[in-house]
Amino acid sequence: MNKNIDTKKIIISNPLKLDCGKEINNFPIAYETYGELNSEKSNAILVFHALTGDQYVSGKNPITNKDGWWSYVVGKNRPIDTNKFFVICANVIGGCMGSYGPSTINESTGKQIGTDFPIITINDMVNAQYELIKYLEIEKLFAVVGGSMGGMQVLQFVANFPDKAKLAIPIACTSSHSAQNIAFNELGRQAIMADSNWENGFYSNYKLNPDKGLAVARMAAHITYLSEKGLQEKFGRKLQDRDSLRYGFEADFQIESYLRYQGSVFVDRFDANSYLYITRAMDYFDLSKQHKGNLSDAFKKTKTKFFVISFTSDWLYPTSENREIVMALNSIGADVGFVEIESDKGHDSFLLDVPSFLKTLGDYINSTYKVINERRI
Amino acid sequence: MKEEFNIISNLIEENTRVLDVGCGNGDLMKFLQENKTKDIRGLEISKEKVQNCLSKGLTVIEGNAESDLKQFPKSSFDYVILSQTLQAFLNPELVINELLKVGKKVIVTIPNFGYWRVRLQLLFKGTMPVTENLPHEWYNTPNLHMCTIKDFYNFCSNKNIKIFKSIALKKSRISEINKSNLNYKNLDSHLGIFLIES
Repeated sequence: MNKNIDTKKIIISNPLKLDCGKEINNFPIAYETYGELNSEKSNAILVFHALTGDQYVSGKNPITNKDGWWSYVVGKNRPIDTNKFFVICANVIGGCMGSYGPSTINESTGKQIGTDFPIITINDMVNAQYELIKYLEIEKLFAVVGGSMGGMQVLQFVANFPDKAKLAIPIACTSSHSAQNIAFNELGRQAIMADSNWENGFYSNYKLNPDKGLAVARMAAHITYLSEKGLQEKFGRKLQDRDSLRYGFEADFQIESYLRYQGSVFVDRFDANSYLYITRAMDYFDLSKQHKGNLSDAFKKTKTKFFVISFTSDWLYPTSENREIVMALNSIGADVGFVEIESDKGHDSFLLDVPSFLKTLGDYINSTYKVINERRI
Repeated sequence: MKEEFNIISNLIEENTRVLDVGCGNGDLMKFLQENKTKDIRGLEISKEKVQNCLSKGLTVIEGNAESDLKQFPKSSFDYVILSQTLQAFLNPELVINELLKVGKKVIVTIPNFGYWRVRLQLLFKGTMPVTENLPHEWYNTPNLHMCTIKDFYNFCSNKNIKIFKSIALKKSRISEINKSNLNYKNLDSHLGIFLIES
């Protein structure tokens, strides 16, 4: 929501040609960094955030005052140890945490861009972030890492810049958005657009916010991030602050109350139009179509090492879709490792305290860093 | 174990591309990485073992040799290794065929069910053999298709699979297997190691 916060920001002056055909220039990219870049500039890791993430990977998020979204993974003595690595994360274009998005103020009108903002894609997001890497004068990243939409960006990054990362770790993602995922995203968008406060995307002109629609979108999406087992174990049919049913439409059940709460806190930190634009970008993502139906071709030019991770209870980006990435890489003899981590926390597993995930990820990154540095690739 | 690793390592030329099928905790991969070639991958069915391998920085894929070898293109590895795992598959013949497709050469090692210590257990005790090399009881063994050195030797000749080298191991004693000493080696060795090609 472009609140007036002190985000690190650069203005990209190079024109960027978007997939939709439009061109943007002089646009802001907001980012955050953690740790120190070493003198050889060989310890940089670019982290990509997911749909509702932002640049605040670790530490305190200055907007929400909560821990950064990947605090379990990134930080001092964490799997991606910021004592050792220089971690960069940028807000995607289309986002609402300082990067160029629908809530950016158009200087000529003094109003938010709203739905005059061009449709963007995962490819556009990655190309914009590459400008940041150039600005930071990092010739080659040690790793690109991300889960969910962040994983899609990892794949797109390596496809676009085959020699700019030594290691790529796409987690709980897909190479092309499935019908089911498009369907859920459409549900969220329709909820937002059905809110009478949406005003075709120009709500800020009327000092309105489609909070109800955005909250419903978040509630629906939130269910998809969990697993049936996880929900049942955590909530079951437990009642919320009451001993018996009230025979009405209040939140009788804990799960209802939980979802309502998730929806209500989400609208305080996220812009409804950004939700529309970013979900659209995910829906349009189809890396194999970009390469005439052959996903392997996306990675033909790269020597990047891959490590693909999925989770047993993730039905949004199931193991089968992650395996397709592995198969495409194997079929061209790429260097790829893969594991499916046991977890009942659903798609959200990659964000949560799942010890075997955190250990495997951390050990892998650290031993690979050692091997690559020894070999001086 | 060490002896087997040495023999396998000696069968492999330097700086070649190797796939270890059923790589376990990656001990052989590590050994070969230090002694022969950096370009080595693993395939392993157990999540826990895959995680152990990845933790060591080894490139390993979680998967099942019976269904997941298909994703590798024909002859994409110089050597494919199957170390003491053949007996655990539902369909060993299919796995051998898949290995021969993916690898230009294949190294198979077999815990020999024809070893005299194994035979004696069945003969005198009348129970399924439990040895150092075959430590499981009949009710919990992962080994579905035990075979002998002679069985595998005959299998290769029946299926027109070329045997480049066949080595017998007894404790740490290494010897070559050939047609004339096959019966003796089948009795006196605990492990058979075969370098084959389709």
